[in-house]
Amino acid sequence: MIPLSWYLVLSAALFSVGLFGVLARRNAVAILLGIELMLNSVNINLVAFWRYLDPTRIDGQVFAIIVFAVAAAEVAVGLALVISVYRRRNTVVAEEIDMLKW
Amino acid sequence: MTALQIIFLITAGVILASAVMVVTTRNMIHAALWLIVTLFGAAVLFALLDAGFIAVVQVVVYIGAIAILFIFAVMLTRREMRDRGAQLNSEWWLSAVVAALTFGGLFFLLSGWSGFSAHAPGLSSGTDTVQLLGAALVSPDAYVLPFEVASVLLLAALVGAVYVAFQKKGEE
Repeated sequence: MIPLSWYLVLSAALFSVGLFGVLARRNAVAILLGIELMLNSVNINLVAFWRYLDPTRIDGQVFAIIVFAVAAAEVAVGLALVISVYRRRNTVVAEEIDMLKW
Repeated sequence: MTALQIIFLITAGVILASAVMVVTTRNMIHAALWLIVTLFGAAVLFALLDAGFIAVVQVVVYIGAIAILFIFAVMLTRREMRDRGAQLNSEWWLSAVVAALTFGGLFFLLSGWSGFSAHAPGLSSGTDTVQLLGAALVSPDAYVLPFEVASVLLLAALVGAVYVAFQKKGEE
């Protein structure tokens, strides 16, 4: 059998890779890709805890479903913003989108 | 080493390698395609964890909707920075340090936890987890309110996305 620690270490590593992507990439779409990686590692964690602690209580899977819904909402709004900014400023580089910076 | 462990290790290797490709590759279309590989790996893990419904939803919602949305967004914002310019900002080494520290901190905290190397309790043969999940999502004693709020959130987000991305008449 697979011990719980393997899943936890994998999702911690996946979260860290996603965090690096969010912090280091210049392309705004790539930043959203990093966020998706982080959300996926959270989902792996939630389902692993559901399976390894008490499979008769379904809470972990319900949380994972709600994370799916929130991820879909987040990516729809995020990509709409990126496309809107691209149309006005002709750029998707995060550091060039500085209209609110004084 | 059992077959399940070997499957897990292969899947974990694929997930981490493709995740690294997502955050480092230059061509954004390729990054979106590597994301699909990562998401498939996560679906395999959900299947290994006996969460069949979550695995199916992962493929349908994440790969079928979110990854396709990314590919469309990349195609709509293309030209920019494809072959020129750095893909990583000037403080990328600091980001790498922060990510490594996050992983180290999480690993340190988890390794001190008593349940770290727990093994899965057996599923009793009568339990149908999909049925449990469906009942929990519509039961007033459980999660009907968060479920409805999530659906309203999704609707509001989609209306907002259409409004934000919509090209009004008169704008170039």
